[in-house]
Amino acid sequence: MRNAELIAEAGKIVDVAGKDAPLTVRGLTVSYGNKPAVFSVDASIPAGSMTAIIGPNGAGKSTFLKGALGVVPRLSGEVRIFGKPFHEARDRVAYVPQRASVDWDFPARVIDVVLMGLYGSVGLLRLWRARHREQAMACLDRVGMNDFADRQIGQLSGGQQQRVFLARALAQNAEFYLLDEPFAGVDAATERAIVSVLKDLKSEGRTVVCVHHDLSTVPEYFDRVLLINVRRIAEGPVDTTFTAENLQETYGGRLAATHIDELRLA
Amino acid sequence: MIDNLMTALGAEFVQLSLTPTLIGILAAVACALPGNFLLLRRQALIGDAISHVVLPGIVAAFLVTGTITAVPMMLGAGAAAIVAVVMIEIVKRLGRVEPGAAMGLVFTTLFAAGVLFLEITDTSSVHIDVQHALLGNLESLIWFDAEGWQSLVDPAALATLPPQLPRLALVLVGIGLFIVLFWKELKISTFDAAFAGAIGIRTGLLSFALVVATAIAAVAAFDAVGSIIVIAMFVCPPASARLMTNQLGRQVGWSVVFATISAILGYVFAGYGPGWFGSPYAVSAAGMIATISGIIMLLACLFGPQRKRVGQQAEA
Repeated sequence: MRNAELIAEAGKIVDVAGKDAPLTVRGLTVSYGNKPAVFSVDASIPAGSMTAIIGPNGAGKSTFLKGALGVVPRLSGEVRIFGKPFHEARDRVAYVPQRASVDWDFPARVIDVVLMGLYGSVGLLRLWRARHREQAMACLDRVGMNDFADRQIGQLSGGQQQRVFLARALAQNAEFYLLDEPFAGVDAATERAIVSVLKDLKSEGRTVVCVHHDLSTVPEYFDRVLLINVRRIAEGPVDTTFTAENLQETYGGRLAATHIDELRLA
Repeated sequence: MIDNLMTALGAEFVQLSLTPTLIGILAAVACALPGNFLLLRRQALIGDAISHVVLPGIVAAFLVTGTITAVPMMLGAGAAAIVAVVMIEIVKRLGRVEPGAAMGLVFTTLFAAGVLFLEITDTSSVHIDVQHALLGNLESLIWFDAEGWQSLVDPAALATLPPQLPRLALVLVGIGLFIVLFWKELKISTFDAAFAGAIGIRTGLLSFALVVATAIAAVAAFDAVGSIIVIAMFVCPPASARLMTNQLGRQVGWSVVFATISAILGYVFAGYGPGWFGSPYAVSAAGMIATISGIIMLLACLFGPQRKRVGQQAEA
């Protein structure tokens, strides 16, 4: 009897932890055309973790994020954000698309882009006000871009553009940050600045997921990995999951085993 | 000289030139407003597409109703615009071709169908022809009952205003309200559709609403001024305005200014310009308005403060 109670209790705890996790995905399938880009992927991101989504080009990493957030339609699969359908937990999530996915020639200043992150707190049929500007400036300060507030976004370098995107996500003041390749094509100073902000977010108890390309920095930046190549290959802590075998399976012949060993040592 | 000006702006002006000028301005601004967003979404061609498919729409409406009164014509044109938008989506999704190609395919096909319709059916007895479809007849939209500026406060005279004027005014107010009320949503989804979707903006619905606003502007303006001006006003004032500023709000403001200048100068030059060169004939106002908007675009390319922005990225 007592045992049964304990087991029930334990089951409940596990259940609760799993149910309210920032992201739980079961059998996510997304397809562009006839070929699935992501096929039946399961994933579970625990709160307070910092996860890298890793896989070769075209492995469906970005599509996994977009499918999870409903930015692209999914063929099948169940997604729970903090235990709820995404549309009920939207305010707790900040999504940073790939920098290259937008036209930086758009007529906007840096501050205008950051203000977009405050959309949820402005309200329907209303416009941004002075209080929002102050908040946006504080977010720009966190990424070291407050001197650029009135700069046209097309005049920024790639790294500066990525910082503006991060500032916009900070303005959303979310609990769960999903970033699509935040380090792609940025300078070393920007990479350090972004990592520092992301680690701050984690230390505040927030959850971070990044689509990531540079295998050599995975152990340094992240504590968990999700390996994807259309299907899910593996998921877990960096120490046990970021292994030569798993990487070999993810990248196939594209990554030599010796190369992986070098990465592990680096 | 001053006497000339007084005469020019006197009773005759109110009767003959005031309403065509106002209609020209309203049509130009109604098209330029949504054109700003179409341009930034790289959908400028959709205005072109819609104004082409208006032709089969009005021909079909004539065949069904047998009249060329405004309401069935506008309904037919509106229906054709919606059919075209749906067809473009279908071609885009099923054919997996890029949007520009899908638009090109649909609007040329439908426009050609409209011309064929016009040829093989007995519409020759009525005033639907390609010339009219392209250039409209802005000069004919005069205010017969006006006797001077005082007619503007005379209900009897106001009742005889060309119906295009209040219709376009209503359309412009509607489009203006749509853009003002959904400014944030339009701005965010035009810049970054994926982000907009993630923060809960209904991007699909908003795109559709923008296209519907475009179609309404195109159809209402087409009736008064023909499709040339519609196509020009969707593209030229916003494109010129983009070269003047790096802020979306100011761009929209400049586009309104440019559309207005195009309409006024175009109307004046069409009516009086040939006279300055000794010709007794006026030229098409719609054609001249479109030409002026093109000249403004050229000047903005040459002298606009933001003309050099492309390829001017700072080093990383």
